[in-house]
Amino acid sequence: MEHDIVIVGAGIAGMRAAIAAAEKSRKLSIALIAKTYPIRCHSVCAEGGTAAVLREGDSFDLHAWDTIKGSDFLADQDAVEFFVRECPVEILRLENWGCPWSRNEDGTVAQRPFGGHSFNRATYAKDRTGFHEAHTLYERMLMYDNIEIFPEYFITNLAIEDGAVQGVSAIQLKTGEMEFFEAKAVIFATGGAGRLYGFTTYSHQVTGDGLAIAYRNGIPLKDMEFFQFHPTGLIPSGILMTEGCRGEGGYLLNKNGERFMKRYAPEKMEIAPRDVVSRAMWTEIMEGRGIEGEYGPYIALDLRHLGEEKIEERLPLIRDAAIKFAGVDPVEEPIPVKPVAHYTMGGIDTNVRCETAVKGFFAAGECACVSIHGANRLGANSTAECLVFGRVAGEVAAEYALNAKQGKISAEFRQKEEKRIFDDLLGKSGDESPYQIKKELNETMDSNMWIFREERGLKEAVKKIQELKERYKNVEINDKSRGFNTDLTSAIEIGYMLDLAEVVAIGALKRQESRGAHYRLDYPKRDDENWLKHTLAYYTPEGPKFDYKPVTITKWEPVERKY
Amino acid sequence: MVRFKIRRYDGEKSYWQSFEVPAKKGMTVLEALYYIKENYESSLAFRASCRMGICGSCAMKINDRPRLACETQVLTLGDTVKVEPLDNFKVIKDLITEFDGFFEKHKAVKPYLIRKDDNYAEPKELLQTPEELNEYYIFTLCIKCGACYSVCPAAATLDEYLGPAAMTAAYRFCADSRDEGQKERYEIASSPNGVWRCHLAMECSEVCPKNVEPAKAVQLLRRKTAFSILKSLLGW
Repeated sequence: MEHDIVIVGAGIAGMRAAIAAAEKSRKLSIALIAKTYPIRCHSVCAEGGTAAVLREGDSFDLHAWDTIKGSDFLADQDAVEFFVRECPVEILRLENWGCPWSRNEDGTVAQRPFGGHSFNRATYAKDRTGFHEAHTLYERMLMYDNIEIFPEYFITNLAIEDGAVQGVSAIQLKTGEMEFFEAKAVIFATGGAGRLYGFTTYSHQVTGDGLAIAYRNGIPLKDMEFFQFHPTGLIPSGILMTEGCRGEGGYLLNKNGERFMKRYAPEKMEIAPRDVVSRAMWTEIMEGRGIEGEYGPYIALDLRHLGEEKIEERLPLIRDAAIKFAGVDPVEEPIPVKPVAHYTMGGIDTNVRCETAVKGFFAAGECACVSIHGANRLGANSTAECLVFGRVAGEVAAEYALNAKQGKISAEFRQKEEKRIFDDLLGKSGDESPYQIKKELNETMDSNMWIFREERGLKEAVKKIQELKERYKNVEINDKSRGFNTDLTSAIEIGYMLDLAEVVAIGALKRQESRGAHYRLDYPKRDDENWLKHTLAYYTPEGPKFDYKPVTITKWEPVERKY
Repeated sequence: MVRFKIRRYDGEKSYWQSFEVPAKKGMTVLEALYYIKENYESSLAFRASCRMGICGSCAMKINDRPRLACETQVLTLGDTVKVEPLDNFKVIKDLITEFDGFFEKHKAVKPYLIRKDDNYAEPKELLQTPEELNEYYIFTLCIKCGACYSVCPAAATLDEYLGPAAMTAAYRFCADSRDEGQKERYEIASSPNGVWRCHLAMECSEVCPKNVEPAKAVQLLRRKTAFSILKSLLGW
């Protein structure tokens, strides 16, 4: 199949990119490929809000400063300055396309407080912000005849020849056949890698496919050791309890009923940035002040004082989920929570135009690292990033495609890829179960790569991941059929995750400092002299090779981070 | 131990297969399916993603009623749990059904905001009061899981019927104070495959996991459509 632009991933970033490219030129043929139907994407799980400077009293410099301070000064400041200026227009576009934003009495779009933001700038649609944004983009996308959607195509590889991208290969799930999409430009908007962890807010489908494929093709991954732990994951499932709960006034309590955040962030309290709150909660738990429960100690998220009316109006999904998945009605009882793996700050190394090291290949959204989040992302900046950089990727790819020649995938590439998937993986026998490998990977990540890290645990993790990579060579896929073979796609996903886990673990081991979400018990201080730099991981068959590059600072010199 | 009886289909034949799952408090049907896939029968195919009732992937028939597997507690279902693919959809493999047609029907009702002053380059904030938002908000909660369509008697007898989810989407936009596309959608809704096919069985509202009330949306759309036809007949 031939297209001008192929976009992989149909979440907020991918759909926004498709619309931007279609707006650039109705003559471009645009294919949107994803392993689920578009509205089944993980973006629908985003709850609390999307940051944007909309009202008097707020300013771009303030949003930029909050973001940079939140990032523990690892964000590239030129990228952040660009980003904050582009957020408001995206909110208005969604508004014009039908997004049911929550409203003030005067009919204007409403905003709420959010962690680490010093102005109430989280634009929200109740506590289903990502759901409504994704649906609005999907609906809008249906208006463009030049966007063709290919749902349930599972991507396996990126074709790069003569130093430029030529297209992608994907398994059409329904038939089980491999299809090749030739394109002038390819955009990855494939999301993060959260299912590396066992206790996570992520959807089952978020397995880092695009990250691993780019990495294996020689494109560096940036800052992968920075994983965000959201303070409030519902116990036992890990389902996200939005930061909006605290933005609307909810408390975090330990077993003594104490609002312990006063000891960690006296000014911001519960709405300090996520890394700060998660560390505080974990410290409370480690020091024996968690509340004992069936699934181990936890922290109470108390919303009762907000009252039923406000909870129903602002946090209906949270109430419903707490009742259905934990048997707790937040109107009556506090919600049992603990920190949970939530966001991949790192990603495919791109510049502010979403360009990568390969001509014609772009990345946007969580799979990319521009970087605007640095070592710790602020809440409400992720959906905003997907909108802003989804748009940029779509526009830049469109400009590129209008002047590029058609990509061609060689017969050799096709044969090699079909052989790799169907003969070498599906066709072979072995005695390892991919699911057992995944289980052990999740356990390693949850114990050694969690909120507090130290050399011994990280070394153990690296050793374990390398052992799992060896064992993976010996997996057998029991289901040998073709159509909708989710046994095969699960095994491929687990292979992707092992490569990424190795990058995360070695990157974390090498970074001998504490910055943002990466906290080393053995190096508890931020070290700007040696580590104010981005990590770059390059694929080699023997494991990742590391390099570093400087952080761009425009006008905010790093200072101590206090909340 | 809870016994899971699963309706399987491999592209040629359909059969039942049973598994014993060690269920404990809090376990959902989706978790049980993963348990089966990862421990007993890895060829078992089902769709799942968010596991929090918002992505719409995992609607299936559980003990004779369409539900989201991810938000159905195993221990509320008794000693035996019967799991089957949704009715009124063609089965592709095991619990996975063909959804292309369902999404085509959704698209057919023009489920997007239509305005003459649509300005991509320079959008302007449109005002909408909380009351105006409440007029349609409940109908925005549809996750397109197909549960309503699977129990719809009109869809069962007429493949082309647009169905409750698509009708709900049509009404959702017609009722939005910002929209100007009512006329186009009323025409689609009054077509032979539109609102007048509805049998008023109300089962769609009964099974909707998000309490969207598609039956109410269809009724409201009928009223608006009828009024619109009347208006054009009388030349108002």
